[in-house]
Amino acid sequence: MAFDIILVVLLLGVAMWTVAAPDTFTAVVGFVVFGLLLALAWMRLAAPDVALTESALGSGLTGGLLLGASTLLARSAAPAPSEEPGSSLRLAAAALCALVSAGLAALVLLLPEPAPTLAPQAMANIAATGLGNPVTAVLMAFRAIDTLLEVVVLLLALVGIWSLAPDRLWGGLPGRRRRADPNGLLTFIAQILVPVGILVGIYIFWIGSVAPGGEFQGATILAAMWVLAAMAGLVDAPPVSGRRLRLMLAAGPAVFFTIGLAGFATAGAFLAYPEPHAKLLILTIEVPLTLSIAATLALLVAGPPERASER
Amino acid sequence: MTLTLNLLSVLAVGAGAFFFLAGTVGLLRFPDPLSRLHALTKADNLGLGFIVFGLLLHATGLLAAMKLIGVWLLTLLAGATVSQLIAGIAPSTGEEE
Repeated sequence: MAFDIILVVLLLGVAMWTVAAPDTFTAVVGFVVFGLLLALAWMRLAAPDVALTESALGSGLTGGLLLGASTLLARSAAPAPSEEPGSSLRLAAAALCALVSAGLAALVLLLPEPAPTLAPQAMANIAATGLGNPVTAVLMAFRAIDTLLEVVVLLLALVGIWSLAPDRLWGGLPGRRRRADPNGLLTFIAQILVPVGILVGIYIFWIGSVAPGGEFQGATILAAMWVLAAMAGLVDAPPVSGRRLRLMLAAGPAVFFTIGLAGFATAGAFLAYPEPHAKLLILTIEVPLTLSIAATLALLVAGPPERASER
Repeated sequence: MTLTLNLLSVLAVGAGAFFFLAGTVGLLRFPDPLSRLHALTKADNLGLGFIVFGLLLHATGLLAAMKLIGVWLLTLLAGATVSQLIAGIAPSTGEEE
């Protein structure tokens, strides 16, 4: 109990600090710390799946993206005084945020006791999916449409980042070229950590069917390993117009959508699986989906094309 | 037997917590980046090492024990590398106030 209270006070403190931070970099650091503390809070609420996702995606990957954005912002010219938000705009934003927070708090406090839940239904029907982890069953079977849409949103975000490239670099290579230093520290850690990380990523994905884990968490680790190797200069990003890359990005959502459509014929509904083959079909979706998510996340970090393709 | 194990566990985790505390105090109080990094890596290496040792005494099997050791080794690797990288770009003469 004391631990939980300290955790909540810390969370609120870090949140306030992040909002009040004087510069972008400090705010991003606060955001990452907040994410890690939040993951701890999810663990205390016995939700390890959410905790894994929060620490990998929410804190790690989003933190990395924000860090990159803050570096870009620092490099660009400071905004003109007319572009700075005025105090009335700031006050309005603060009031709206406070309103949303108050509304959410009221909703949580007004929930009947015990709170309405679909967990018993999910547990009752989990055998039909052939999975052992109810969270994965919800994500891949009961609410598969949400997962499909999430993956499509990720892909759209990547297209949005790519479209920041100037016309002459369209279809080029993302990020700067990094030269590998054979005796460098980054090379050393990339060579040791990447094989281990790939193994851990595949394990987290695979274990997701029976225990906390899954394709998003596993894919984040795989993407992080690629980013590490790329930072060390050991691998280079392919041109964003490359056919194999495009295929890898699209394979997951495409397979997901195709099997979803086939559900009309085999099980009578979109994204429904015929019962005896449910687990096999879910696995058929998950493998390309994990690869697609990993490629998408890695390229999100790599950023818009900055070098022309050689061809 | 269980009492000895529990006692050892508490001692080890307590020692780990002490190193984390000392490392944090060092991080906040030491004057220049290099000494701050030094304090920080002590917390990672020794603090986490003691805590992992304390938990190892209660590990439920070989696999769980190996996972704990794996966590410690990975943190060592990450901590050592990142602190070297930070030290590489930190001004070695200390901060100008």
